[in-house]
Amino acid sequence: MRKKELKLVVTFHTTADAMAMEKACKEYHVPGRIIPVPRAISAGCGLSWCAELSDREEIAAMMEKAGIKEEEMHECMV
Amino acid sequence: MDNAATTMHKPQAVIDAVAAAMGSMGNAGRGANEASLSASRVIYDTRDKLCRFFGGENPRQFVFTNNSTESLNIAIKGLLNPGDHVITTMLEHNSVLRPLYEMEKKGVKLTIIKSNEKGTFDLKDMEEAILPETRMIICTNGSNLTGNYIDIEKVGEMAHAHGLLFVVDASQTAGVFPIDVQKMHVDVLCFTGHKGLLGPQGIGGMYVREGLSVRPLKSGGSGVKTYSKNHPIEMPTALEAGTLNGHGIAGLNAAVDYINEIGIDTIRQKEQCCMQRFYEGVKDIPGVKIYGDFTSFNRCAIVTLNIGDYDSSEVSDELLTEYGISTRPGGHCAPLMHEALGTVEQGAVRFSFSHYNTDEEVDTAIEAVRQLAQD
Repeated sequence: MRKKELKLVVTFHTTADAMAMEKACKEYHVPGRIIPVPRAISAGCGLSWCAELSDREEIAAMMEKAGIKEEEMHECMV
Repeated sequence: MDNAATTMHKPQAVIDAVAAAMGSMGNAGRGANEASLSASRVIYDTRDKLCRFFGGENPRQFVFTNNSTESLNIAIKGLLNPGDHVITTMLEHNSVLRPLYEMEKKGVKLTIIKSNEKGTFDLKDMEEAILPETRMIICTNGSNLTGNYIDIEKVGEMAHAHGLLFVVDASQTAGVFPIDVQKMHVDVLCFTGHKGLLGPQGIGGMYVREGLSVRPLKSGGSGVKTYSKNHPIEMPTALEAGTLNGHGIAGLNAAVDYINEIGIDTIRQKEQCCMQRFYEGVKDIPGVKIYGDFTSFNRCAIVTLNIGDYDSSEVSDELLTEYGISTRPGGHCAPLMHEALGTVEQGAVRFSFSHYNTDEEVDTAIEAVRQLAQD
């Protein structure tokens, strides 16, 4: 197994929200990718958005612009 | 010429999309592997396209179901409570009437607005039927029996002026007539994918206005909140228990693209041209009785008729065996409309047109009706 790193993990209420996130990130050229929700986090939807911690502000601003609501934003080892 | 039942001729792109999905799609929302994600992506993209197509405010308010019947059952059973009053019309299909009759047994009061012999109703009668406990008006956008078109914008305006919920059955119009849910004051839009939308059978959907909470008909797996005893309340998951018809949704996605590419107005005008040509070709044939309102040809591309006292099933069978023309005879799941038209016993032969139909095919049908009427 590869070494874990501290990452930003955004969780969602529904799969539709996770897909809206992926689509918006692609459109706005925001980095990151969909990953299964890590076990350490309890979340509604099984899909989450994983990105670098340094991108947190950019991601939050983009989500507001695109009207996407997260369930939570976590910092965890992924 | 039985396109009101289902559009049998599907665009090749729809067939290809379903086949491709069957070879590549996993179960949406049940993992982050590529196959599952590809299903989730197509499903979300289709919500997004439908949202634009129907003028919605948010793709999450578009829910996938099996068909209009399921959507209508969710809307009727999920919004009405004992003691509520609901208004509908004689034009409705059993997919509206039967769930309403079921709710009537549970204490919902039902008023059915009368239709005249042309199969239309007066908006004033509907407004006068409103009671203090009225919660909902539910009506079709187009009659599956006569093809009469109902101006839902006017009905919606009236419903909202009285603070009522407005639910629309768009089974016969979605994909052919422009529908803008926000402009037309629609709270819930119920549609099927396999008719005017040109998609596969077994996929339909509904739009629910943001902020309106609908009690789900089903609960179960969702890929969300596994350890909760309750089904999630967030849309669209709230109304989508169980694996979605991803293959059908992929087909519907391609179908919406096709309609946007050809143009909804072009498709409607082509269908209406066929209808008008047929109507004008048969209307003066002795013995032919046409049902519905033809004062305007801006209506669904349906011409329903009878020939003399012949059983509609016999006429339909002759059309098929002698001329190779498919039509639908008998009752059309719209019992009250048949009552209003006086066709309960005889039924009626419905010709319904596609934009793929040609003038030659229409002329063959006119000639067939002429010959049968002479027999």
